[in-house]
Amino acid sequence: MSLVLQDIQHRVDGETFLSDINLRFEEGAFNVLLGRTLAGKTSLMRVIAGLDKPSSGSIHLNGKDITALPVQKRNVSMVYQQFINYPHLSVFDNIASPLVVSGMKANEINQRVKSTAELLQITPFLDKLPLALSGGQQQRCAMARAMVKDADIILFDEPLVNLDYKLREELRDELKRLFKQRECIALYATTEAHEALALGGTTSLLHQGQVLQSGPALEQYYQPVSLHAADLFHEPPLNQFHAQVQDSSLSLNNTPHFDDSAHLNRLANGSYIFAIRPDHLSLESLDANSMTVLTRVDLAEISASETYIHVTLVDSQWAGNTWIAHVKGIHPYHIGTMLNLHFSLNNLYVFTDQGQAVASPNMKPLVAMEAS
Amino acid sequence: MATITLKGLAHSYDNQHYAIEQMDHVWQQGGAYALLGPSGCGKSTLLNIISGLLQPSEGEVLFDQTCVNQMSPQQRNIAQVFQFPVVYDGMTVRQNLAFPLKNIGTSKNQIETKVAEIAALLELEDCLDKKAKNLSADQKQKISMGRGLVREDVSAILFDEPLTVIDPHLKWKLRRKLKEIHEKLNVTMLYVTHDQLEAATFADEIALMYQGKIVQFGTPQALFERPNHTFVGYFIGSPGMNFVDVTWQNERLCRHDVQFNVTSMQQTELKNCQSSNIKLGIRPEFIQLNSRPSSESILGNIEHIENLGGYQLLTVTFADVQWFVRVDESSQCQLGKTYLTLPATWLKLYIDEYLCGEPVDAKNPQQ
Repeated sequence: MSLVLQDIQHRVDGETFLSDINLRFEEGAFNVLLGRTLAGKTSLMRVIAGLDKPSSGSIHLNGKDITALPVQKRNVSMVYQQFINYPHLSVFDNIASPLVVSGMKANEINQRVKSTAELLQITPFLDKLPLALSGGQQQRCAMARAMVKDADIILFDEPLVNLDYKLREELRDELKRLFKQRECIALYATTEAHEALALGGTTSLLHQGQVLQSGPALEQYYQPVSLHAADLFHEPPLNQFHAQVQDSSLSLNNTPHFDDSAHLNRLANGSYIFAIRPDHLSLESLDANSMTVLTRVDLAEISASETYIHVTLVDSQWAGNTWIAHVKGIHPYHIGTMLNLHFSLNNLYVFTDQGQAVASPNMKPLVAMEAS
Repeated sequence: MATITLKGLAHSYDNQHYAIEQMDHVWQQGGAYALLGPSGCGKSTLLNIISGLLQPSEGEVLFDQTCVNQMSPQQRNIAQVFQFPVVYDGMTVRQNLAFPLKNIGTSKNQIETKVAEIAALLELEDCLDKKAKNLSADQKQKISMGRGLVREDVSAILFDEPLTVIDPHLKWKLRRKLKEIHEKLNVTMLYVTHDQLEAATFADEIALMYQGKIVQFGTPQALFERPNHTFVGYFIGSPGMNFVDVTWQNERLCRHDVQFNVTSMQQTELKNCQSSNIKLGIRPEFIQLNSRPSSESILGNIEHIENLGGYQLLTVTFADVQWFVRVDESSQCQLGKTYLTLPATWLKLYIDEYLCGEPVDAKNPQQ
């Protein structure tokens, strides 16, 4: 199965919600829409569902143009952030409702509801009312209703946001497993990069109604096309600094750098934004092909076995920049402590002043592997 | 400002089941605490009891030495920040921030100074004269926080999942703001959340709740390294701790074809153990992979490798069960045979779900 969006534009009252959307979604894995609040994720899902008609462009399901098809005829299901169930119906009747509407026979309905409930592990609650269940169980009920019919397209709009994070972890893994074998197009909208990485599949980055980048999540994690794209994939964000490159080297404290970093050697003269991942900043000095910056600690946040050190750079051309270092171990630095942070030039991302990616660190090819 | 003490506190909504099981607990004056747990664990009930929105069915809440059971939330003098922004849309940001001070009759000059200070802390200076209704959700939540933080005379500030509506990239900033404010104000802060990262980065100490009980109270490090209860091991960490059932027979701790090494303290516990509910726990971060066998190593099979950006998660089978192992993204791993070591320091023994056989740590005594 395939779902193709061609040149989708969506404007309401002069305001642009979506523009230049060209995407292709396939079955067999989750297609993730990653973007911040108001990036256009919900707008896009509504257009795909047929709840909103795009201002221009077309939508094709298995090669057939469905742009003009109303929502009732599209065979889509949608799961929302809020758990939406019929409060007066039992969990069984909630799950059965789309099948009842379609006129299916009672014994087939019975079978389908039971097997879907089994999949989502809510069999013990089939006779209860939704409000008697915990949040996680209510959302499973809503998901079961979306999954019980053979929808061509299932849309999940931040379905796990209102659940506690352990439940999120579990449901995400379940969903991932469930949709591997299912013949339908599954779309999943989220604001969180780690969900995109954990779900795998194709990720499309949305920003201000446009697609920044689309492809395997890991590829985007390692090779963002722009600073915006990188920002969406990194929490905490990448640490940045501006610098001039002259004759294939970057000068800092009169020391030229770059010599051994293949991905930086070809940079043309000019001004760039450099960026480094928080977990690539180190408290210990590194080999020769590295840089050191002096910083002042603003805050040390300790999380289990790791520390997030918020710092302000001092005593360099970047004085005043705020960075975050994500380091292993517990480091309860006091506010105001002076700290040297080190990083390898091999790990630098480079962007133009406008934020377009120029170079990314050379990582080993990283593909998810699985025993066959 | 106050130390908050819970004395023999318990609560039941229906006189049949306890939503809060009887507990004694102290939140010290000036501390930054998190109340962490899954939905339905009783953390909101506990927060409502402390703030005075709910009367406990048993026991007392003390602010310093005074029992406040009969006092209203206003009399308790507590500031609260809720999950969703509570602001007056029709008022400007400035008026919103000034409101709690006006209510207690603060002088005009003082209000001005205080509002300016809080606005600067929360980076709201640019929109002070804008109407609140025109602002984004996260700006509104900042105002909501500002309203909670603006008074200096409060006994404590209670936060109920304050960052839920905030985008991930802004959560960092706001959490940092809260920490800064805590260091400045020296006021007791209690932060309710289900998110371990938020709890661990905000709080000096975390109370982890499960089924109406505080199952562990300690530093984030203690909860991570020495979970008192299997639930703590499961709930803290991503993924949580590996737990496997093991048997103690003929002075050996075994599962399938693997015999595990135990410390002498663990051995003593096992010798006196009557229960058959014996588990071993180890965090995915602490299992070591070796390319060559050693006298300590166990032969396993890597079945799945997943790169999650920043780290790799391996699924490894040995002793006839799957274990998660978390390694750096730069580690070279391959599917198939591998040798593993489970360092004695990190291999924990659980009998009837509680941690056993550990040296007593003076700073974090077992509860």
